[in-house]
Amino acid sequence: MHPLADLQPDTPARLHSLDGDRSFQRRLMELGFLPGTAVRMIRRVPLGGLIELEVRCCRVTLRLSEARQVQVTTP
Amino acid sequence: MPTTATRAPLVAIAGNPNTGKTTLFNALTGKQAKVANYPGITVDRTEGPGRLPSGAPVRLLDVPGSYSLSARSEEERISLAAIAGLGPLERPEVVVVVLDATQLSRNLYMAMQVMELGLPVVLALTMVDTLADKQHKIDVEAMSAALGVPCVEVTASKKAGLDDLMAAVEGALEHEAGPPVPWVLPVELAERVAPIELALPAAWDPAGPRAQALALWALLSLDEDDEHEAIEPGLRAEVERVRAAAEADGLNLEQEVIAWRYRFIDAAEPSFNAARETRVHERSDGLDKLLLHPLFGFAIFLACMTVVFQALFAWADPMIGWVEGAVGALATFTASVMPDGLVEDLLVDGLIGGVGAVVVFLPQILLLFLFIGIMEDTGYMSRVAFIMDRVMRSVGLHGRAFVPMLSSFACAVPAIMATRTMERRRDKLLTMMVVPLMTCSARLPVYTLLIAVLVPVGTGGPWTQGLLMAALYVFSTVLALIVAGVLSKTVIRGPKVPLILEMPPYRRPHWPSILRMLRQRATVFLRDAGSVILVAAIIIWALLEFPRTPNSERDFAGERQAIEAQLVADADGAADENGLTGADGATNESGAAADQAGASAADSERLDMPMAALEEALVDLERDETAAQLENSYGGRIGRMLEPVIEPLGFDWKMGIGLVGAFAAREVFVGTMGVIYGIGEDADEGSPMLRDKLRNEQRPDGTKAYTPLVCLSLLVFFALACQCMSTVAMVGRETASWRWPTFLVVYTFALAWLASFVVYQGGQLLGFT
Repeated sequence: MHPLADLQPDTPARLHSLDGDRSFQRRLMELGFLPGTAVRMIRRVPLGGLIELEVRCCRVTLRLSEARQVQVTTP
Repeated sequence: MPTTATRAPLVAIAGNPNTGKTTLFNALTGKQAKVANYPGITVDRTEGPGRLPSGAPVRLLDVPGSYSLSARSEEERISLAAIAGLGPLERPEVVVVVLDATQLSRNLYMAMQVMELGLPVVLALTMVDTLADKQHKIDVEAMSAALGVPCVEVTASKKAGLDDLMAAVEGALEHEAGPPVPWVLPVELAERVAPIELALPAAWDPAGPRAQALALWALLSLDEDDEHEAIEPGLRAEVERVRAAAEADGLNLEQEVIAWRYRFIDAAEPSFNAARETRVHERSDGLDKLLLHPLFGFAIFLACMTVVFQALFAWADPMIGWVEGAVGALATFTASVMPDGLVEDLLVDGLIGGVGAVVVFLPQILLLFLFIGIMEDTGYMSRVAFIMDRVMRSVGLHGRAFVPMLSSFACAVPAIMATRTMERRRDKLLTMMVVPLMTCSARLPVYTLLIAVLVPVGTGGPWTQGLLMAALYVFSTVLALIVAGVLSKTVIRGPKVPLILEMPPYRRPHWPSILRMLRQRATVFLRDAGSVILVAAIIIWALLEFPRTPNSERDFAGERQAIEAQLVADADGAADENGLTGADGATNESGAAADQAGASAADSERLDMPMAALEEALVDLERDETAAQLENSYGGRIGRMLEPVIEPLGFDWKMGIGLVGAFAAREVFVGTMGVIYGIGEDADEGSPMLRDKLRNEQRPDGTKAYTPLVCLSLLVFFALACQCMSTVAMVGRETASWRWPTFLVVYTFALAWLASFVVYQGGQLLGFT
């Protein structure tokens, strides 16, 4: 189990659990970030300290600090 | 025909952002959509007329785009309120949910929330052309069967499928309610949310399946740090009780509810969506490698922002010139056809001048929104928020606040309008409160004049003037960021919101939609802010214009009569003696006339000189009279009354009058000073006469009025005070309140006074003058 923030590009991974504010968790889950869902790391943007992810064909960007609150499993 | 229009059925068009929802709305309504505000909140409500295949009219409502109906603020709650018809809002007869075929599962999540409310729903599938490129197919009939509602493919930009969509809407209008949804909340969850259903306010009309849908909404929207202002405490308490009880049993209710919906999507989608793996992002990935590159991406971003900046500054200038020219021509024409008098002045200087003060903002507003429209439409705006997030967040601002902040270097008025690109009320407010601190172009004439008085060309170092101007820019920007940091921790405090941004794929801008948006923005500005600015402009004009009696010992009328009598007498004499030559002489072409007249040259000059001097005396007299009138006007009296307040800053009452005039627009300060010092209102910041006059102006005790320290104090005051009625009117319109514009004026003037006080008094203590 790793934090989402540490995921490497093109490593197949699945979401494991979410932490943080209730509204943060709820927003992510409503965008399809549910435990068990496949997630792909697209790129890290050092310019803004951000990470771009793909879940269910959608691209979503999070701050790295907030992406540490999401855990993923890799095979 | 307003009566039939109000009776026509209401059809709401809802959906995720970036689905082509607004393009579809525009294609269905033509050019007749009207923009208004939702009551008590500054979210645009756009409604337009449409026609069913039978010819019957409908009213189409463009609901703000969102990923879910769940909401953590009043602004976000609009989506639910507009679709479910909560509170004062009308309940739509049919809801069209627009679905992006390339991101179907996430789009279906919101469609499910809408369908659970029990309204007749029609699904409109967009972006199908993007799929077709890649040999993916969605079986619309199977989708319709799986979800139990009609589903239609549309390509709004090519106007394809619109008739089918309206036919489906007409079919749906025959039903009072939608069919029961094919997904059912598991009994355990249903039992847990049942108490919330009972706590729903009666005004929400919680009956049938709608009650459960609203209870689920409350469960997913209310929590300890949401920003709802109008939720009944009883409902909130019940949600918290139910949630706590579930947590005690080890159950995360929110996750269970969301997962229940996605389980249905995952089970149903394979029956109509052959390939859920789309590659729509591939094209964008290449571009993003460049545009989000730490070095090149930042360089391109800076280049784009420079273009926006240059456009607002330089490209808008000729357009502003045309607007001013047209208004000036209208004023001249009106003055020429009307008899002289009070009515003429009121119409020409008051009303037409006031209209000019409003329309002069249009070029910059249109240009800024053109760029914003292009950036939003192509998807680049999301990347801007992305790139600027870290810097802006450090002072509590949203990444998207960068574009308004940048454009406020040109003018705060369009910048405040541009805060609409942010969703949270707190982000908008914070940006609006600091944008007026930035050095806008209206301050430049004032800065130029004062710097020229402070450091005459040729004195000081070769770079002193430029460095001083640059220092003012840095000062205002740094201060705006500091103030943002302070306000975000005090007055406009709010929970830190995590950044969850969608990165939409890059798309080509849809020009008809952008043009339409520009027209709507211009209309909204002229109608809502323009009316306030117009009234304020007329009031300030009247304050500086009345009463028109100079409060002076001098007998202006008598002096004028004397000069005029002398002029008439001289002209008659000249005409008698020299005939035509004399008339020439009267128009100051004495040199040429004298040469031609040869021997009579000496005669001619002797007669001319006093006439030219007399005419000059008449002009001087009129200037002195205008100055005396201004001193005695209500605005002048306010300026005098202000003297005790502004004296500690080093200002005298004449500068006080200038400050009153500057409230119309800062650059008016220069013209007002021109009138006060008897140079005429056409004086500009480059006028050497005005500069010399200010440099040599003395106080009653004989000391200089515009010492370097006073100039510096004035510069600081102008940098900080929000002395711009248009900005204040705009903030009033965008916050739909009088409290925030009042706060803006009070805090910026207090800050300006304090800073100028420190500069002037501190400077004196240190021995400067």
